[in-house]
Order: sequence, then structure tokens, then C-alpha cells
Amino acid sequence: MAVKSYNAGVKEYRQTYWEPEYKVQDTDILACFKITPQAGVSREEIAAAVAAESSTGTWTTVWTDLLTDLDHYKGRAYRIEDVPGDDTCFYAFVAYPIDLFEEGSVVNVFTSLVGNVFGFKALRALRLEDVRFPIAYVKTCGGPPQGIQMERDILNKYGRPLLGCTIKPKLGLSAKNYGRAVYECLRGGLDLTKDDENINSQPFMRWRARFDFVQEATLKAERETGERKGHYLNVTAPTPEEMYKRAEYAKEIGAPIIMHDYLTGGFCANTGLANWCRDNGMLLHIHRAMHGVIDRNPHHGIHFRVLAKALRLSGGDHLHSGTVVGKLEGDRAPTLGFVDLMRDSFIKEDRARGIFFDQDWGSMPGVFPVASGGIHVWHMPALVNIFGDDACLQFGGGTLGHPWGNAAGAAANRVALEACVEARNSGRELEKEGKDILTKAAASSPELKIAMETWKEIKFEFDTVDKLDVAHK
Amino acid sequence: MSEMQDYKSRVSDPASRKFETFSYLPQMTTEQIRKQIEYIVKKGWNPGLEHTEPEHLMDNYWYMWKLPMFGETNVDVVLKEAEACRKANPNNHIRLLAYDNYKQSQGTNMVIFRGKTV
Repeated sequence: MAVKSYNAGVKEYRQTYWEPEYKVQDTDILACFKITPQAGVSREEIAAAVAAESSTGTWTTVWTDLLTDLDHYKGRAYRIEDVPGDDTCFYAFVAYPIDLFEEGSVVNVFTSLVGNVFGFKALRALRLEDVRFPIAYVKTCGGPPQGIQMERDILNKYGRPLLGCTIKPKLGLSAKNYGRAVYECLRGGLDLTKDDENINSQPFMRWRARFDFVQEATLKAERETGERKGHYLNVTAPTPEEMYKRAEYAKEIGAPIIMHDYLTGGFCANTGLANWCRDNGMLLHIHRAMHGVIDRNPHHGIHFRVLAKALRLSGGDHLHSGTVVGKLEGDRAPTLGFVDLMRDSFIKEDRARGIFFDQDWGSMPGVFPVASGGIHVWHMPALVNIFGDDACLQFGGGTLGHPWGNAAGAAANRVALEACVEARNSGRELEKEGKDILTKAAASSPELKIAMETWKEIKFEFDTVDKLDVAHK
Repeated sequence: MSEMQDYKSRVSDPASRKFETFSYLPQMTTEQIRKQIEYIVKKGWNPGLEHTEPEHLMDNYWYMWKLPMFGETNVDVVLKEAEACRKANPNNHIRLLAYDNYKQSQGTNMVIFRGKTV
């Protein structure tokens, strides 16, 4: 072992944390950062600084560095690449040894990777683009409580996407009126309904009353239709104790699925709740309020593909992932990229879809992507084509806004969905023949016919703010 | 816009019961069923048949018709079995399912013949 001596003072980060010859290990956690440096700092130095500040380093040499084997623990910047089409920034790849992190702790990994380093003065901006979690680390995490296949078996839904709806108005309904809206949706043919994310336990509707009325609605719709139904009971709460109390009650009354907001609630609460769901045979729907704050700026923050990976490790059976076609942000190729990261077992590096690393999930179950926001029956052919069967399509306004009410709106969506799946299975091209497929289906469904007349003209065609980095010069 | 319609579905009416995938579409024709079998076969899934009395449709386990047709790729053979199942159980719902042995689940599952609900 080489003898090291202590020299107080500031030395360049690159002397310790820039290792272009480093051979990446199978057990390393790898990160790709997009770095926008302050003027006058070299790429190698700033990449090394990011590696240092997100792992073992601090701004000055400290004598206690010599009490440990830093080579075993330090993060290393090992590669630098141009960002296609953007000279203001570059990609830096950093490898972190697995022993830097607590097993099974998304909290711990992100405290390092996106901790103090994001406020570092030498950076104008910093974005975590992707993270490769080695299978060795994946195996220490619980992951989705049930996963896609188990959920299909529990809910008896096969060969098609799940169909859902968020109950509106977002806020202000009484528990009994709210249960009415749920009942109408479910009896009309939806599989699932959802609490809006900001419904927790406000004065106008306390959680317990909501749970009781909603569960009665769910059970009656099941008796009436002969199909399995569920409503995501939002257990997001001010404290973990309160969250578990609500989850326990949901289980006690026989609800199959609960819901959590994993970013505002936090990874600690989310991982705990996912473990509870696994122990108690419950499904867990995950909402992502606050993600737009974190993932929308192309130069700063965390890309959603990383947040999606974090959720798959922390645990959840559904995760909102954008629609590509509706009112919320989402370019097609990168959306499909992180949808694969949520569902598949092995995903290959594919820069055309924004995937920077191979990702091996081993046997960890997949998460249903949830497409929700500004979608209606006319979007159905595209949605079925884009997402395939393993997705949950949620039509809020597209169900509740039907001129004949929720049940008719639900039936319209269900007919449209089944017509599209039937046509796809028969070898027809959905996005080309969508209009014909829906029109034919509407011939035997007056509910669908009216829905098609109501929403024909609505389109959302704003440009996407967060695009993939591609050369445009 | 046409006049508002009531949504006709009643707990008291067995005809209001649905049975999951494709139950909101009209009963499939033989030609349509054939296309669905082709899809299953093309996916490399194993076709199977199950049936039940309509009043027990919410049970997970329906009666299995013989065994799943492992490795069967001939659409006519599957269709013939479905007809035979229907002939033997004319009042029952009959569903066509597809075992996906890689996902260890069902790739799809659809009622192809609808039993007596009244």
C-alpha cells in the first residue's frame, strides 16, 4: 500500500476524482450528469468536482481522509461527452462504488447523488440525466408491492390496458357526493377510480368518511357489473403514523388499492408504505406531484426517467408517466424510454430514447405506467398503440364531462378501449384507422357516439419544453 | 345533440353483468373470434378454454375445458374445441384465454360465447 502524507490546503479535484482510465465495475452505481459550468473552469475539473461533492469529497483536504481507503469509496468522473446541439453544457459520467450506499435505501442514494452538489458555486446548472442501478443494488430493494402481473391476477384484467378516472372537482365535494361520482364511473365500465392527489383529509371531506362511502360505491358496482373494481384511496398524510392509520383502515374495509404521492410524501414514507402494502396484499398507486419542479428544466434538476427508476426501487404498482397526447408534457420517444424502464426486466442503452445505460432489473416486478390528463375517446387509438396493454389509461374530464354523466362517459371509454384492442389484435393499424374503428364501435354504443361528438375538436398542441438533446445545427 | 339517455344497468338484472375484456362490445362473430385466436397463436401464447354458469362469473376459477392447448397453432383446432365446449355447456359463459409462460400470467382472456343471463 502506498504511503500517503497529509498536506493541508486546497488541491484540484481532478487530481483525485477524474479517472478517464477507470474501468467501470458491474457493481458500481453509474450516473450521467448534464453540467453547465461557470465560465473559465475546465470540463475535467468541474466533472471531478461533481464526483467529489456527490461522494466523499469536500472543498479542502482534511487529515481524516487518511484514516480510510478513499480509493474504495470515492466517486470517479470517468467520461465526458458533448451534449448534441447544446454548447453551453456537457455530459459527465460518474461511477460510485456500491459500498457508498446503504442497502435498500433510495433515500441514501439520492441524498448523495442530488445533495449538496446541486448548489455548488462552480456550476451554473446541473441535471441528473440517468442512473444505472447495478443488479446487486436492485436486489436490496423491495420494489413494487405486487407488480403488473400480480395486479392483473388480483383485478382479473387481461389482454388490455386498465381503465380509470380521477374524480373531479379536485376539491370541495362532500364524502357522500364523492362516493356517488365513484359509483357512477365504476358501474359504467371503468376498472378503477382515483382520489385527486390533493385530496387528503380536509375539513370538507375527512378521510374516513370518504373511505366508507367510496368502498360502498365500489362494492355495489362490483355486484352490479360482475367485474372487479377499485378506487385509489389516497393515504398521503402529514405524518407516517397518520399515513399507516389510513392504510390500515383501507385494508380493514376491504379496499384493494391505496395511493401515495411519493415526492411530496418523500422516499422514506413511500418505501415504508410499499413494504406495508407487500405485507398486507394491497396495491399501491403512485402520484408524482412536484415532479414538474424537479424534472422540467432541461439544464437543471433530475430527469423523470431517474425519478421513475427511484420509484420502481422504492415501491409502487402504478406511476403517472405522461400521456404523449394529452394536456401534460411529454415527447414520444423519451416517454416510451422511461415507460420501458418502469415495465421491462432489461432495458438497453438507447440514446435515441434518452436511455444512457443498460438497466437490469432482474426479477423485480414492473410498474404500470399511468397515462392521465386531458385525454378523451379520440385519443384512444393512439394511447393503445403507444402504451400497449400494460398501462392504466385515466380519463378524468373525458369521463365526467360526458353530456349524459359519468356512467355514460365510462361506458364510452370502455367501448372505445375494447374496440381499439380488438382491432389491434385483428391486425389493424390503430393510428391510421382510428376514426373508422371508433365510428364502427359507436354504432352499437350511443354513449360513445355522443362522446365523439362532444370532444372532436379538442387538441393540445403546445411544444414540449423538455426535449431530448439532439443536434439541430 | 340527442336527448339524454338513462344508463340501463341494474343490480337486479343479470343481463347487466359484464365479464371483463370485450364484454362492452357486441358478441363476436366466428370470423372475429378466429382473428383473436390468430393473435394469440402469433404471440406464442398457449390457448385454453374455461366456462362457468353465469351466476358464478366472479369466481377466479371457472371450469377448465380439458387442458390448455399447449403448443397448438392451428386456429381451426382451437375454434373446434371452443364449439365443442359450447355444445356441451350451452348455457355457460365460455372464455378463451392465452397462457403466457414467460410472464407466468395470462396474455389475454375474453368471453367468446355468452351464456344465458336471464
